[in-house]
Amino acid sequence: MADRHLEPDTPELRARWGGFAFTPEWEAKARAAIARYPEGRQRSAVMALLDFAQRQIGEETSTQGWLPIPVIEYIADYLDMPVIRVLEVATFYTMYNLVPVGKFHVQVCGTTPCMLRGSDDLMDACYKRGMTKGHTTDDGLWTLTEVECMGNCATAPMVQINDDNYEDLTADRLDTVLDALARGEQPKAGTQEPGRHTSEPLGGPTTLKEMVTENHDYRGEW
Amino acid sequence: MALQDKDRIFTNVYGYQPWNLDAARARGDWDNTKAILEKGRDAIIEEMKASGLRGRGGAGFPTGLKWSFMPKEPDTKRPGFLVINADESEPGSCKDREIIRHDPHKLIEGALVAGFAMGARAAYIYIRGEYIREAETLFSAVQEAYDAGLVGKNASGSGYDFDVFVHRGAGAYICGEETAMIESLEGKKGQPRLKPPFPAGAGLYGCPTTVNNVESIAVAPTIMRRGASWFSGFGRENNHGTKLFQISGHVEKPCVVEEEMSIPFRELIEKHCGGIRGGWDNLLAVIPGGSSVPLVPAEQIIDAPMDFDGLKELQSGLGTAAVIVMDKSTDVVRAISRLSYFYKHESCGQCTPCREGTGWMWRVMKRLETGDAAVEEIDMLQQVTKQVEGHTICALGDAAAWPIQGLIRHFRPELERRIAEAGNMAEAAE
Repeated sequence: MADRHLEPDTPELRARWGGFAFTPEWEAKARAAIARYPEGRQRSAVMALLDFAQRQIGEETSTQGWLPIPVIEYIADYLDMPVIRVLEVATFYTMYNLVPVGKFHVQVCGTTPCMLRGSDDLMDACYKRGMTKGHTTDDGLWTLTEVECMGNCATAPMVQINDDNYEDLTADRLDTVLDALARGEQPKAGTQEPGRHTSEPLGGPTTLKEMVTENHDYRGEW
Repeated sequence: MALQDKDRIFTNVYGYQPWNLDAARARGDWDNTKAILEKGRDAIIEEMKASGLRGRGGAGFPTGLKWSFMPKEPDTKRPGFLVINADESEPGSCKDREIIRHDPHKLIEGALVAGFAMGARAAYIYIRGEYIREAETLFSAVQEAYDAGLVGKNASGSGYDFDVFVHRGAGAYICGEETAMIESLEGKKGQPRLKPPFPAGAGLYGCPTTVNNVESIAVAPTIMRRGASWFSGFGRENNHGTKLFQISGHVEKPCVVEEEMSIPFRELIEKHCGGIRGGWDNLLAVIPGGSSVPLVPAEQIIDAPMDFDGLKELQSGLGTAAVIVMDKSTDVVRAISRLSYFYKHESCGQCTPCREGTGWMWRVMKRLETGDAAVEEIDMLQQVTKQVEGHTICALGDAAAWPIQGLIRHFRPELERRIAEAGNMAEAAE
């Protein structure tokens, strides 16, 4: 995590983001998040609020969003917390983008289970398209990050792009997904293996076969 | 005899059917939960103890016993909390995700049963940040449960008030450690706390807290309905029950599957995964319980029972039952080196041996990949893993050390071969 850094705090940054405030929609979500914690424990909602702020900025900039310093100050004020405590949280957790990112944040899982199933090929496919790790392409479309295990190991290798996972990938399948995204389409999320539903063995489940066609109630057999 | 479908708890694990409340009820969830609660706190805890359920998050601590550590008398100033660990981030693990996105009501019902048994006023389900769609499902399922009166005031008509809240993480493996999770829930960096005090004494907001894995909680209602003896009828002594196994890597058909504890490795792979890629002779090694446990070479794992004690005997562990299979095409040094990078990336930076040690170990591992090292460095690396292990607040230091120790234990000749091939052996021989 040592390579994470903040966007410099410049007058331009202040001019652009100094007036940040939640829109009514995100404000409502923020209030609901705070209400999940006991009275006086509102700082428990800091992770949710940082996520909401990042998402609101994402909507405004047509990217995945990020967290400029003035926005971190806004959240601190909102939750009555010292700014440094919010900044600590924002820098500690890797899902908060501290610098601007592209429209699509391509997060290739490179941990061992994905590596064994060919994540190197996925990385290469991204490089071939002009992406480089930790950077955004000049057209602002792609930001490439190698991430740690995303918990999709039985459908590895996988890539998470913004909010969706694409699993059981090959270089070709990833290209198809990326092409579709570039065209403004929404490719089907989940496994890209033809004939596979989720994490069952390819070719059909070895257990619970009744469940494929009906919502079977096994209690009668207890 | 093999586990039958009727004895599987997670019947919708593959999500062929909807996750929603109506469908879950038709499968048997939320079926007169009130009657379970009417048995009383002590009876539920005794039943859970008798079932032999050991925690499914990796450490394998008896679940019923853990619940019994919570205070017996309620204290309105210091209410109890149940924290459910859905921060599934251990490389290889992908079972809680299937429960949350396909069978969330088992988890929510389990939260009520467990929370009631330990006298908690609310449950916080801490779901890892990267499970974005899964969290959406979980939020919706919790809302359904509130709307139907199953949780909240007078939960399920029991007269007991119990809230269930969802808290999303934001990408930090360490928050899967229970005290780091509590810190994170309080809105801080997820850095583990020193124990004692243990969470059952002073946890979330300084209140009595129990942290349990998703699977441990989600199996509780079924155990209560079918009885402790049903659950303890599976698996070997001290390793009872059914378990979600997650098989990844070099098998023909990777999958998640619920099986009986203690199932032999060979049977698990043959039955559900279509065998090892390239046949059994092509098996090199297996990491049987997620990245933190040492690998086991092929000949030792093939007929081993997949349970806590069986794998401990092989100097490894069941962990989360995340089985990472490696065939002979694997660069085993790189496979472990990549895990070293993972731990370096995920070290929270609080304890010096881990913060400095994980980076140091990874850099040596990187050089060992190509044999760019002196042969003495293997022993030095082993020594450093011992200096990290057991010298940190939480177990991340141990988790970083064990995969390397496993590699050195079983693949030292391979490390030496690479050093020799790179021409770095001569010096040592002189």
